[in-house]
Amino acid sequence: MAEASPGARARPLSPHLQVWRWHVTLAASILHRFTGMALYVGLLMLAGWALALASGAAAYDRYMGLLASIPGKIVLFCMTVALFFHLANGLRHLAWDVGKGFAPRTADVTAWAALVFGLVAAVVVWIVAPMSGGL
Amino acid sequence: MTGFRTPLGRARGLGSAKHGVGDFIGQRVSAVALLFLVAWGVWSAVILARGDYETARQWLATPVNAALASLLALAGFFHMQIGMRAIIEDYIGRPTSRTGLLILNAFVCWGGAALTVVCLLKVAVGGGAI
Repeated sequence: MAEASPGARARPLSPHLQVWRWHVTLAASILHRFTGMALYVGLLMLAGWALALASGAAAYDRYMGLLASIPGKIVLFCMTVALFFHLANGLRHLAWDVGKGFAPRTADVTAWAALVFGLVAAVVVWIVAPMSGGL
Repeated sequence: MTGFRTPLGRARGLGSAKHGVGDFIGQRVSAVALLFLVAWGVWSAVILARGDYETARQWLATPVNAALASLLALAGFFHMQIGMRAIIEDYIGRPTSRTGLLILNAFVCWGGAALTVVCLLKVAVGGGAI
């Protein structure tokens, strides 16, 4: 940064968060990072599950009991929403990488689709799981 | 002093660092792998949620399940290390905090991946007994 020669034109800076008008594509972009950070914790919870399983039946029952408690279920449900949203929004990113989906209208629709999919898919999983005998 | 610098000398260091493409491709390839692994993982989680320790042990004794679970952990930790690294590099300016967090991120991700895979294999291959 300090290497630019004096007299050279100032290099452009990215607009700051505060100058953006709120929009669904903006929300999806921020939520992608936010859910990514949440899933960081989620994968560590999965590592905890593997550790509990390798530690024997007593540890496994204790860990599963923790996840099945009310706070545990709330966290797990939020993780499910985050997972499905991040997955759907990740598909948008993959489409952009091959040059598709940049039209404003398309970007709006896919952003909403990712948000709705995240919520609906999570709710469906949490309805289907107890019906199949889980939870 | 600047008058003596060549145009190339002035331009150097102003572009990209030239090694971001590895992360870029890695992030996308792991994302594609995770599309499938996560779908399988959610399905498996629903099955395992209804069972007890013995269910999980027998489930993991199936080679395909053990392999896919290990791949899910490896691809997941790989993907999340790159993602968190990008977030740290974007938002943390102070060199000491930045370096510290980047190292911590690497330790957490590599540690998590090693721990998970070893635990999975212990149950899958060793039968899970302590």
